[in-house]
Amino acid sequence: MSSRSSAGAPAPGAPARTSLPGGAFAGSGSLWGQVVKIALLGLFTALGVWAALPLYVGGNWAGIAVVAAVLVLVYWVYLSKRTVPLKYLLPGVLLLITFQILPVLYTMSTSVTNFSDGHRGDKEQAIAAIEAYSVTRAEQGREFGLTVATTGDPESGELVFLLTDPEGAAYAGDIEGLRPLDEATVDPASGRVTEAFGYTVLSPAQVNARSQELEEFAVPVGDGAGIRASGLSTAYEGRATRVYDAGCDCITDASTGVVYTADDERGAFYSEDGERLAQGWRVNVGFDNFARFLFNPTFASSFFSILVWNIGFAVAVTGLVFVVGLAVALTLHVPKLRGKQAYRILVVLPYAMSSLAMYLLWRDMFNTDFGLFNQLLGTNVDWLGDAWTARFAVILANVWLGYPYMFLVATGALQAIPRELTQAARIDGAGAWQAFRHVTLPMLMVAMTPILIATFAFNFNNFNAVWLITKGGPFPPDDPSAGATDLLITYTYRMAFSQATAEYGYAAALSVMIFVIVSVMSVISLSRSKALQEVDR
Amino acid sequence: MRLRSAPAFAALAATALMATACGGGGEDAQEGTDTTLVIWSDPERAAAIEAAAQSFADTNGIKVDVQQLAFGDIQGDLLNAHQAGNAPDIFIGAHDWTGNLVRNGAVQPVELPEHRAETLDETSVQALTYDGQLFGVPYSQENIFLMRNTALAPDAPETFEELVEVGTSLKESGETSEVLSMAVGQEGDPYRMNALFTSAGGYLFGQDDEGNWDPTDLGLNSDESIAAMEKIAEYGEAGQGVLRRSIDTQNDAALFFDGEAPFFIAGPWNIGDADAADLEYAISPIPGFEGEGPARPYIGYQAFFVTEGSANSALAQEFLANHVTDPAFILSLYESDPRTPVQLEALEEVSADDANIAAIAEAGAEGMPMPSIPEMGETWEPLGKAEAAIIGGADVRETMESTHETIAEKIGG
Repeated sequence: MSSRSSAGAPAPGAPARTSLPGGAFAGSGSLWGQVVKIALLGLFTALGVWAALPLYVGGNWAGIAVVAAVLVLVYWVYLSKRTVPLKYLLPGVLLLITFQILPVLYTMSTSVTNFSDGHRGDKEQAIAAIEAYSVTRAEQGREFGLTVATTGDPESGELVFLLTDPEGAAYAGDIEGLRPLDEATVDPASGRVTEAFGYTVLSPAQVNARSQELEEFAVPVGDGAGIRASGLSTAYEGRATRVYDAGCDCITDASTGVVYTADDERGAFYSEDGERLAQGWRVNVGFDNFARFLFNPTFASSFFSILVWNIGFAVAVTGLVFVVGLAVALTLHVPKLRGKQAYRILVVLPYAMSSLAMYLLWRDMFNTDFGLFNQLLGTNVDWLGDAWTARFAVILANVWLGYPYMFLVATGALQAIPRELTQAARIDGAGAWQAFRHVTLPMLMVAMTPILIATFAFNFNNFNAVWLITKGGPFPPDDPSAGATDLLITYTYRMAFSQATAEYGYAAALSVMIFVIVSVMSVISLSRSKALQEVDR
Repeated sequence: MRLRSAPAFAALAATALMATACGGGGEDAQEGTDTTLVIWSDPERAAAIEAAAQSFADTNGIKVDVQQLAFGDIQGDLLNAHQAGNAPDIFIGAHDWTGNLVRNGAVQPVELPEHRAETLDETSVQALTYDGQLFGVPYSQENIFLMRNTALAPDAPETFEELVEVGTSLKESGETSEVLSMAVGQEGDPYRMNALFTSAGGYLFGQDDEGNWDPTDLGLNSDESIAAMEKIAEYGEAGQGVLRRSIDTQNDAALFFDGEAPFFIAGPWNIGDADAADLEYAISPIPGFEGEGPARPYIGYQAFFVTEGSANSALAQEFLANHVTDPAFILSLYESDPRTPVQLEALEEVSADDANIAAIAEAGAEGMPMPSIPEMGETWEPLGKAEAAIIGGADVRETMESTHETIAEKIGG
């Protein structure tokens, strides 16, 4: 073993670097090589700047540091002469990190938060929303025609509202308050001020450019009320009833007097009575999401029953497609069969169809009243309405869609096995079954085992198969969240996307669990198949 | 030619290349200081919104960019985009999204001037109001109705019993194979079922005096609701077989268009196909049960919303407050996507020309706006599955009580 591991290394004293592939391009190569390199590096730099700009706008310095580090790494690798192997590894490694490792890490980090509807943003956003949503038109509140103006420069001058009330009186309002405006020109058609001495009237685009400022701007008119803009041309008198106080980290509702205190464990404001304000924020909840479906009796029972069916489904589909595919392959492997190609094409047909459309077709075939099965068989079976018939239906449709693939693989593997081996076994006195069992099958399994493991892993998460036929149903009346044919992945999807409250944190925890389960199963079966190969030798 | 300090040269050249590329972009950015109002719409209405918004854009010297998304994707994508900070300024949506949008702080309240609010259907404005605050400006509504094949059933049935009687005699004489085409499906369809459920006296959420939905008053296990579902169960698979799980939204229209069912619980989205199909049809209200209340179909309102954090909120607010309520704007939207307008002037004009719109509006006269509280979302799936189970023959009381508990647990937590 030790001699093998050093087999690829250069002998001592040999010029190691020149033996590496692409060595001629490292450092200074041909002119074309340089041009291509410059172009690619330029493109990559542009990509980096493009990625960094929104991060800069968002003030995400850590993100910018990562982008800069990657850029520096790329420059170093492709400009240095000492990093030839890295030149080949780097693109793959970067893509692996971006598209494989980061999503897994992101899912894992989401799984320990309460990320869900009502807990999407941070605390500041929640407070801002709560305050903004509590601004209501004051009782007997007045409405005004509005013209936004400034004193001085349109872009930076102090904002002034030039207002006209329904009686036709004109006012000017700024952060100081409201006062009558005498020297103003009012357009009779719209009833709005078009010109006023000492003020610069802003164009719609100029007003819009100051939207953010405008959202917070109010002309105080006493008693906590203020005149706010609604759009560009109208204003109203309103009042914010809920105000945040950083001192007590709480929100007081002026109209009811109720105080809502921030609960940083749950990510929302709660009153003493346990009443909660709708706008919450995202907080870390540790392993609560995992604990919920492992220890909460309702969730745990649906989780484990789904897990059992999920494994059963994947095993049944994998086993059946293997048996059916192999049987068909063996049947068509007979040397003197006529029209073999035609049969093979027919067998592969389901594999060539769009599985999405086929699943929908199968669903319609299982319809109780209008479906093909009941009409052909003359039965009245409620296929998709009963747990076991629905499970049967899902497995049947999948075997039909999956066996052609197994047939293709088995046909290929069979053709690689010399017929002489079987013939020799037959001459030695073995029956057809014995020859198959002890000669063909073991050799076949060497090629088929990894494919069976992949098929298992695929079917373990075969979302379409279940979602398009049964949507996970039928459901017991007492638990509409976990159906008889639900796989973990359809259950997760329902949690995260198709329910009223998207529960991303919880769904991410489930995803992590699925990831762990599939990984463990794949590793175990792969190592066992390795053992199988050793035995064969 | 052999370059001496090749790496340094390559680095310099690459940076220079990048800089020139940026320079090009910089000029574009200079021209692009023009304000662009981004609006999300479904593809059906995008062209109309683009055209109708053009006059607004011209008046204010800005550009309008209407981006197309499937209607069903808008809410989810909007929430994600808002979180990522790249949401549009304005989007169209359904009124029952309001609660969830508000809970996520993704929309801005709109202050509609009184003279504008007066021109809209009052219930529609109420439907977009959440917690005393208006969050979107409604422009159209939709509700389900009864479509009947006039060759088979010349008269509109007054009661559900009458409908079943007419349908059953047609079925027995072999002219049709179904009494009524009403989508139930394996998952149930509480949206359609609400018409019958309310007629029989059932209720989901209570309402306070001001018409606000009260999530703490969940009525599924009440005697009224259970009695209502028992009445519906009589028409289910174990009873008369009028309502069946084998009829779903995939085949309900086909049954009616093929003449297999004389009656069809349809929506405005079926009108186009009905006109193309080879049959004479008429639209009437969904009949209620004899001696019980009227059938109250859910009404859904489509509305324009302004995104929280929109960089162009002043213009977006102006668009909603003063432009969306304009009859000319609503009529141009109607041209491309014929839905019942909620702008009263536009409704009057459209109803005069389009008998279907008038009939649909009449069918929705007894309707109720879908509750827009976030808790409502938690009821669809469990309630639908319970209704499907009951129509399939499950015990009514047991099913309704366990469903009540499931929903109560979800919205309580």
